Amino acid sequence: MSMSDKPAANREVVVRVRGLVNELGGNLIHDHVDLDLYRGEVLGVVGGSGSGKSVLLRSIVGLNRPREGSIEVFGQDISKLGERALHTVQVRWGVLFQEGALFSSQTVAENIQVPMREYMKMSEPLMNEIASMKLSMVGLPEDAARKYPSELSGGMKKRAGLARALALDPDLLFLDEPTAGLDPISANQFDELVHDLQKSLGLTVFMVTHDLDTLKATTDRIAVLVNRKIKVGTIDELRRDPDPWIQEYFSGVRGRAALAS
Amino acid sequence: MTVTDTDVPADTRPWLRTERRGRVLRLTAGGEWIVRYAARLDPQLHAYDLGDANEVEIDGRAITRLDSAGAWLLVRTKRAVEESGKTVRAFTLPDIYSTLIHTIDQEHTAPPVVIVPRHTFSALLERLGRSTVHVLKQGYGMLGYLGRVTVEWAEAIYSPRGNLRVPALIHQVEEIGINALPIVGLLAFLIGIVLAYQGADQLRRFGAEIFTINLLGVGVLRELGGLVTAIIIAGRSGSAFTAQIGTMKVNEEIDAMQTIGINTVDALVLPRILGLIIALPFLTIYADVMAMVGGAVMCYFDLGITFPVFMRQLHEAISMNTFLVGVIKAPVFALIIGLVGCYEGLQVERNADSVGRLTTRSVVEAIFLIIVLDAGFSILFSILKI
Repeated sequence: MSMSDKPAANREVVVRVRGLVNELGGNLIHDHVDLDLYRGEVLGVVGGSGSGKSVLLRSIVGLNRPREGSIEVFGQDISKLGERALHTVQVRWGVLFQEGALFSSQTVAENIQVPMREYMKMSEPLMNEIASMKLSMVGLPEDAARKYPSELSGGMKKRAGLARALALDPDLLFLDEPTAGLDPISANQFDELVHDLQKSLGLTVFMVTHDLDTLKATTDRIAVLVNRKIKVGTIDELRRDPDPWIQEYFSGVRGRAALAS
Repeated sequence: MTVTDTDVPADTRPWLRTERRGRVLRLTAGGEWIVRYAARLDPQLHAYDLGDANEVEIDGRAITRLDSAGAWLLVRTKRAVEESGKTVRAFTLPDIYSTLIHTIDQEHTAPPVVIVPRHTFSALLERLGRSTVHVLKQGYGMLGYLGRVTVEWAEAIYSPRGNLRVPALIHQVEEIGINALPIVGLLAFLIGIVLAYQGADQLRRFGAEIFTINLLGVGVLRELGGLVTAIIIAGRSGSAFTAQIGTMKVNEEIDAMQTIGINTVDALVLPRILGLIIALPFLTIYADVMAMVGGAVMCYFDLGITFPVFMRQLHEAISMNTFLVGVIKAPVFALIIGLVGCYEGLQVERNADSVGRLTTRSVVEAIFLIIVLDAGFSILFSILKI
């Protein structure tokens, strides 16, 4: 929260989105959207179903080619990068997909080592040490290393996915609905985990979520996708916004309960 | 791709110096201790010689960047010293990294993970054992499943109104039978042409071209018509059964049906198997006819045998029995395709590769069983002298 007090002009922008236009099946999803993500902050992205939260994330990580607009990550326009240049950006970010997206034919430990094998010339013993450390960092037990994704619960898959996303110690972490489908206790633990990791590793986090508790517990600023546009601010700023959807979101029963605590 | 040292300026590279002062070993570290240099630092940290030093100082104040991999290397070094009975007198780092070091030192006590190698002889033996057990379990499961279908079947015959879903059955007959007419017809026609051509080519040497028609009639009606149709339908409908039921399993639709109280065998399996049993004999007859047409066309162009001559010779070559022997196998093949297709569909688990894997398996198993059964029929008919 302390980060958001500083004037925006002095802070390094990690992700810069300008004039983003996205269309999906003939529907306009984003209509000239601008967004800045600053180093070291946790940005929560919210919006109703179909408002284009995931599309925004997918556009930034290069999985979705926008119709118009530019997206810069670490100062480089990712749509214009060649494969090799893109790799140098890709080693600096980690993505946690909604269901973990673990490679099903590999064990958890092998999954975590995939980025290391792909990009680093590490010795096997060192990779095994680091994989074990990542498991501890995300709070998975030792014996999870040998398990296959199909043998894990939903929460464990997300933790394993997070461990893989953190494998190369990225500067920037993308989380797509990290607490969706988790029970409240696991969700709280996951919030704390993200918060602690962000603090100790100094990560910049872009988090798509529906979970108001998560927003309150972890984020510095919130971006709301509403009417194909984006509005960014702290929770307190957004609660004063007159937009009916934002009002409903933060002042509905769930919103009040989450924010009151 | 591998990120190499040349990608970054040299002044960010990490360094490690060791220095002895009496019985104190001083390790000084600086630069960027991050994951991309971990491979380089790792051997250095294994290589330094503790000698007769009994105290170690780790000084990381010159470190300009530290991530969890670098922090682990430092923590590991500290632990190694402590484990060898020596003392770590000082472990200093820039303040901003104290949380990271603290987290890793406190939270991480587990040993390195163990990756089981996949290409060793013992791994091969393990896979062999697993697949043997799997095949046995598969056979056992299929047998149980056949029993269940038989029971449901008996009930459906006993009270067809309650258990037989007529609209679903009609839909399946259309899907399996009528929609397959173009492909089955075309392939049978082509097989007729090929068989007639090859037969004529060989028999012409003996001046026995006319017996091409006997070869065609007996070959297609007894064996090829039924076999080819069954194999096409195993690839077309058997795979579809597995994929459809498997996808429903993944979506929990099967579970939803069960909680609503719908008998899944009645609703999904019986219409499919029964539809196959109805459709496949007709498809076989149709394939027989199309192959004869193909053969007749080839005989006309290649041998100059006119259609009336062809028909007369065919009439002499085959009997009703020849035709029946071919068609009687079709319901049995249908049962196999349907049973295997539906059974494998119900074996699908809730993971992504399951549907694809089981669909492949269903087709392979069905075709395998069809050919084995066909051989069985041949033996049976020769014993019965049909």
